[in-house]
Amino acid sequence: MTAPTETATTPAPAKPVTQLGDRIFAGSAKGAGILILVVLAGVAAFLVAQAFPAVVASPAELPGERSLAAYIGPLVFGTVLAAVIALIIATPLAIAVALFITHYAPRRIAQGLAYVVDLLAAVPSIVFGLWGAFTLAPAALGLMTWLHTYLGWLPFFAGPVSVTGRTMLVVGVTLAVMILPIITAVSREVFLQTPKLHEEAALALGATRWEMIRMAVLPFGRSGIISGAMLGLGRALGETMAVAIILSASGAVTFNLISSDNPSTIAGNIALQFPDSTGLAVNTLIASGLVLFVITLLVNALARFIVNRRREFSGAN
Amino acid sequence: MKTVRHGSRARIAAVGIAASSAMLIAGCGASNESAPPAGGGATGGAAVSGTIAGAGSSAQQAAQEAWIAGFTASNPEANISYDPSGSGAGRTQFLGGGVAFAGSDAYLKADELEKAKTRCAGDVVEIPAYVSPIAIIYNVPGVTDLQLAPATIAQIFDRKIAKWNDPAIAADNPGKTLPDLAITPVNRSDKSGTTQNFADYLKAASGGAWSYDVKDEWPVAGGEAAQGTSGVVGAVTNGQGTIGYADESQAKSLGHVKVKVGSEYVGPTPEAAAQVLEASTKVDGQGQYAFAYKLARDTTASGTYPVVLVSYLLACSKYPDAATADVVKSYLTYVVSADGQKVAAEKAGAAPLSDKLRTDLTPAINAIAAGT
Repeated sequence: MTAPTETATTPAPAKPVTQLGDRIFAGSAKGAGILILVVLAGVAAFLVAQAFPAVVASPAELPGERSLAAYIGPLVFGTVLAAVIALIIATPLAIAVALFITHYAPRRIAQGLAYVVDLLAAVPSIVFGLWGAFTLAPAALGLMTWLHTYLGWLPFFAGPVSVTGRTMLVVGVTLAVMILPIITAVSREVFLQTPKLHEEAALALGATRWEMIRMAVLPFGRSGIISGAMLGLGRALGETMAVAIILSASGAVTFNLISSDNPSTIAGNIALQFPDSTGLAVNTLIASGLVLFVITLLVNALARFIVNRRREFSGAN
Repeated sequence: MKTVRHGSRARIAAVGIAASSAMLIAGCGASNESAPPAGGGATGGAAVSGTIAGAGSSAQQAAQEAWIAGFTASNPEANISYDPSGSGAGRTQFLGGGVAFAGSDAYLKADELEKAKTRCAGDVVEIPAYVSPIAIIYNVPGVTDLQLAPATIAQIFDRKIAKWNDPAIAADNPGKTLPDLAITPVNRSDKSGTTQNFADYLKAASGGAWSYDVKDEWPVAGGEAAQGTSGVVGAVTNGQGTIGYADESQAKSLGHVKVKVGSEYVGPTPEAAAQVLEASTKVDGQGQYAFAYKLARDTTASGTYPVVLVSYLLACSKYPDAATADVVKSYLTYVVSADGQKVAAEKAGAAPLSDKLRTDLTPAINAIAAGT
């Protein structure tokens, strides 16, 4: 009885039902989105405005009586070097930990382990710094001497070995521990999303567990691993206190990872020099901060680009 | 997938924020519970009330905290703050009128003095309130009571002398067995008044062996560098064959070099450090209330330890506001008093001012008054 009347009415153009709550939520979500852009623009504007005096100043007025590029160049080198070492160490480890948690460990152990790895992210970076400087550095002396003795022909281990252990290598290891939880957490969540059918199909075809992971889990999770690694890289690039405390920074540009003569990083250098700086020296430090800001932005953009490009081939669809 | 990922990321961030704010709170707590008043304040007058702010040298921070605690214990109505923003920043703020007094690791230069006279509409009060010995610390297995001549120290820190068994070091240490071990000099990686004063000593006392300009940044590239006094002490302690420089009060556990002064070797004691001001000459033309010293780093006077950091308190002799003038005057009186210097010695390892110098300084502090 009601059916004919329904067919008789012309279908009105689909008008979404909006309630007050919908509008408030949509508005606040949009507001949050705009706010983050405003904050970012504000930070960028601050950096540019404060860096400007250092950019236009003559080299003679800047700290160290060098040009701005000569001042920031070694810092950029040190920043990237420390972050890359951290990434090289942390990424394989994080993938292994994530795979163990998702595919190998018994459920009870997996949950506990995941919790412990997450807990690692809650340790303040200054604690990692103190640990690195006073525990890890002396403990790494033996390893560094060994590397120098047997692998001294590589430029990385040319030595002479630092007697205190406060070297770029130790900074890299400490940063690796710090970025491990982020990469692990992201990789773990992605590995868990691997379609069960893919995994079971691989196993049904006679693949071993390792072959199943290689054929089904890793290709599916690749974009997740990359974005996790890039998040970690962002943290390693910006890490401040741990680097300032651990690194024996004397401004050299060198790939030698085990001597006491190391390039400083941008963030570490700002932490060290800012407290007693005035005038143009402050502007110079902020100019170096601007460079770090741009580097981090580029890294994140690159990560987005890779993730987007791989999306269609990830096997998720 | 997206939501899960974001969720876990947000959780990590939230935990991080919680942890760092907990640290912040803990940090505040720690700095607030500064020195309990030691011995009470003998400010010599009725309790004063008012609020003044100071800023400047971070080397003075521990001493300032001790002084403020001691002073406010006997003057509960007075409120004094000290921002350890750095020597240069402190002077700038003082000259601009932002703070009532400043702590400075260097005395005022001619152009700053002119600005200060304008800011104060009168004379500047400049007193060497904080004298602290800088210890040259070392960690060499089997070597104790190391003695070094200034030129040798300069060459060690300039990386010209590379081994502990170098003849130059042996010459200062007759009869000692020195190991065939590489020397690792440790310097500050941050800007520091300690670096500046140590470099000033090397320049003045080494007879030309130190060719660098005296600055608050370490001039020799390629050495071991560490953050802050604690960083240097930690690096020297952890390494073998290391040598560095740090506030004597912070480096009790390590060996201290006795430096050659005249024909004898003197270690870093507060008494020997305080002797430096006796041996030094006052800088002329700073005004009647300014006690700025050209430190005699190359003194040969017996029992004097010339590797010291001298930090000044800067104030005006005239303040427009009577309450400010009163608080500044009685605070400075307390700082140079025997009590004040004793607290600084206990809490910050400062070398107490001699009675003679105190008598000299008193008229300058007494001159602080309201007026324009």
